[in-house]
Order: sequence, then C-alpha cells, then structure tokens
Amino acid sequence: MQYLLMIYSNEADEAKLAPGAEAELMAAYGAYAGAMAQAGVMVGGERLHPTSAAASVRVRSGKTEVLNGPYAETHEQLGGYFMIDVPDLEAALHWAARCPTAPYGTIEVRPIWAM
Amino acid sequence: MSTITTTTTAEAAAAAAARHSYGKLIAWLSARTRDVAAAEDALSEAFAAALADWPRQGVPASPEAWLLTVARRRLVDAHRQRRQHDGVADTLLLLMDEAVDGHARREIPDDRLALMFACAHPAIDAGVRAPLMLQVILGFDAAAIGSAFLVPPSTMGQRLVRAKARIRQAALPFAVPSLAELAEPGGADRLAAVLDAVYACYAEGWTDAAGTDAQHRNLADEALWLGGLLASLMPEMPEALGLLALMLHSHARRHARRDDTGRYVPLAEQDTALWDHTMIRQAERLLHRASALALGGAGGGPHRVGRYQLEAAVQSAHAVRRLSGRADWPAIERLYAALARLSDSPVLVLNRAVALAETQGPAAALALLDSVAPDARLADYQPWWAARADLLRRQGCMAEARAAYQRAIGLATDPAVRAFLLQRLAQSEGAG
Repeated sequence: MQYLLMIYSNEADEAKLAPGAEAELMAAYGAYAGAMAQAGVMVGGERLHPTSAAASVRVRSGKTEVLNGPYAETHEQLGGYFMIDVPDLEAALHWAARCPTAPYGTIEVRPIWAM
Repeated sequence: MSTITTTTTAEAAAAAAARHSYGKLIAWLSARTRDVAAAEDALSEAFAAALADWPRQGVPASPEAWLLTVARRRLVDAHRQRRQHDGVADTLLLLMDEAVDGHARREIPDDRLALMFACAHPAIDAGVRAPLMLQVILGFDAAAIGSAFLVPPSTMGQRLVRAKARIRQAALPFAVPSLAELAEPGGADRLAAVLDAVYACYAEGWTDAAGTDAQHRNLADEALWLGGLLASLMPEMPEALGLLALMLHSHARRHARRDDTGRYVPLAEQDTALWDHTMIRQAERLLHRASALALGGAGGGPHRVGRYQLEAAVQSAHAVRRLSGRADWPAIERLYAALARLSDSPVLVLNRAVALAETQGPAAALALLDSVAPDARLADYQPWWAARADLLRRQGCMAEARAAYQRAIGLATDPAVRAFLLQRLAQSEGAG
C-alpha cells in the first residue's frame, strides 16, 4: 500500500530556528530519508517552499481565479511530503512517528487511492 | 452546622474510586456475566450517576459498594430491555441481593487477576492483550491506547470490541489457573502471556519515559502499578516478582536518562547519583525472593528461573555500578547467553554483543553481531544501528560507523535519542 505522509508545521516558528538547529534538522531529515530508502519503502518526497510562494487557482462559472497564498490559512502549513510503500497503515504510522518534524508538528498519513 | 458536599469533593471521590476500583468492579461484574463490554457500559453509567448524586446526597460510606450496586442494577435493566430471557437477568438479580446483603460488611472479592488471565488467554490475539488490559483494568480509552501503540483510535477500538466479543462468545474462563495447571505443559505460557502483556505496557511507556506528554497518562507508571498488583496477587510466582523487579530497576533510572538540555544519556554514562536508590533496593529484595522461590522450590513449571528474573538480574548487574563504579559485565554477558537459550530474539544477541564489547573488546562484539545481521527483524530496529555504530566507532571503522549512525538517526522516534545520535555522528565526522 502506498501512503502520503504530509508534513505540517508552523512556518513562522521554523523560520526563527537558530542556524545550528536548522542544520541539525536538515541532517535529521537526510538520515530519515536515507533510512526509508534503505528499508526499501521510499517512493519519493520533496520539501516545499513556504506558503508565501504559493498561488491557488480555481475555475468558477467558466472564469479562472488566481489567488495569492495557500488553499487555506492554517496554524500549521504543509512544508513537504514523502510517499512511501509499506504493508499497512500501522507501518506507515511508525514511519510518520520517526519524521523529525513529528515532535513539534503534525504528520498527516493518507492512503493513496489505487487506480 | 451543615455538612455540604461540594461538587469538587464528589468529583474527587468519584475519580479516586475510579482509579482504585475501576478494574476491580469491571472484574467482579464481567467474571459473573463474561460480558466485559456490558460491564464497562454499566460501570460508566454508575460513575455518571455518582457525579450527579453524591454532590446532593453526600459521598457514601463505601463508594465502591455504591458503584457496584448501581452498575449491577444497570446491567439487569439492560438485559431486560433487550428482552433476553436467557436467565442472565435472573442470575444478576440474585447477585444483586448478594451485593446488598454483603457489601456493607464484606470486601468486594478481587477478581482482577482472573480478568487479566482472560485478557491474556491464548484465544485472544497476542497483540491486543496489553491494550485490553489497559482498558479493562485501568479504564484507558481507545484513543489513549491507540496513541501508545501507534494505531489509529478507530482501529484500536474495533480490536478491543472484537476481543471482548471473543471473551463472551468463546466463554473464556475467568479464573486464575491453579499451581497444578500452571505446571502442566503450556501452563507456564498462560502466566507468561499475562506478564508479557504487562511488560508490553511498560515498554510502550518507555517511548515517553520523561512523561512529557501530559495528554497521555504515563504508561510506564501504570505498568508498574499492574506489575505490583500481579506480584501482590501471586507472591509465590518467581516470574511475577522478576517482572516487577525488572521494571523497578529500569524505572529507578528515569531521572538519569536525560541531561540538562534534554538529550538522551546512555546507561553506561548515567550519573548513578540520579538513580532512585530506594527503588533499586526494592527491586533487589524482589529478585532475591524470586531466586529463593525458583531455586529452593520444586523446580520446573511455573517455579523456575525465567526470562524476567534473568532480565532483572541483568539490570541488577548494571546497578552495582552505583557501589563499585563498574557494571558487572561478565555477569551481564552470561545472563544474555542464558536468555538467548530461551528465545531466538536477535535483540538478545545485540545486548550480549554490547556486554561482550566490555569483556573482550569491540571486534568480538562485531563478529557476534554479524552472525545475526541478515535477520529482517533488525532492519528497522533503531537500537541495533545505534549499538553497531558505537562498536564500529570504537573499532576505528569511521566510514561504516557514520553510515550506521545515519541509519539509527533516521529510525529514531524520540527527539532526545535523535539529538544524542546526531551529536555522536558529528563527533565521528570530526575524527575523520
């Protein structure tokens, strides 16, 4: 089963991290992605630019609308994702708990709808 | 002069009754009906009634008997509403009379041990035994249990419902096996299943050993409570005493496991002054009593030196460092060798290798590790990679050590452990 791990955290707080703490977080993410690759569960994953770089598009009554910013203003923002392939939801939750952001942010785990 | 019982007092009394009596009341009710779920519903209604009634009427002389009487009445009502003329309601009515007559004078019999044996019955899936005990003995809800075992609350809820239905449908016995039954083939496994479930609660509690998550009650404390209950209800069972000794030894070090900045401190580097010496003495006394029972008794069956006594002895050999300045590594190595004869778990091999590194050096330890390295159970096991990294570093294999540290960091869940490993990795990079 494939699962999407969506990594939410407070961008403003993360931007205030001391350089040493940020380097440590990046090192932890490198190791996390490496461990998933070596365990053979990694399908893909990327870090996203902050929501200030986001634009949202929708079509209403045949007209396009383009808005600045993310789909919804939330306390925590989507900052990145991993796609993993594991036997079941429990295994996916175990990987989510290992995410370096999990101790202060939230990892939403969603099964991929297989077509 | 008026005696006003405030809501707060009533709530506090209900909360105290819940904590002290919950499992006892559930055990009493379900041992007589085999219907754990119905007992839970009835008891929760009784607690709600207490919160409504006690502030007005005053807290009864025996809150436990009051709750039991109300809960039983609810059970009878529930059965009548379902029009189940299967005799259960009549039985319950008889039981109610027994309660009304008896509880003013008598203690409510303690059936919790029987309930624990029902929860850990071979017919109950091994993975749900510990969650089931947490729910029926301690009153944890599915959300809290699910969080502790990393399972969605809805899934955990379904598993618990299924397990309770199994107890009822398969008519699992609510009884403590006799000494003779425990001595039969497979009998020792019945006791081991109960002990394993309690230890599983403790092990899950370790993941939040600092108790930093106020939302969830500290599972390690609750497991210690269950272990104390088991040891007090089965004082002649060496393994029950061994389990409690093991958990107490481990718990005695809870304040030494983090430094001032919240970073993880490995056992060998802990400041022994921060250990709880009273708790260690308590563990030592239990372990001595267990050995006297196991070695002085008839031997065999339930009276033998088992896993938990051996693991408690390992912790005891670590604890001597507070007196001698050095853990008794040769003893630890021998104990893990003995444990490895009881189970094929590669974790035991890992622990033996760590002891071997102290007695014979890292090369011997790494050779032992290599003998079980292909085991698939180790691929995601963080302590394996952390220990391997440490041994490789001591052997001077820095590139391999760094790769193992990376793997351990990626598998860490506890931020304190992750921070510690990142620091070790940085140090090994400095060393070239």
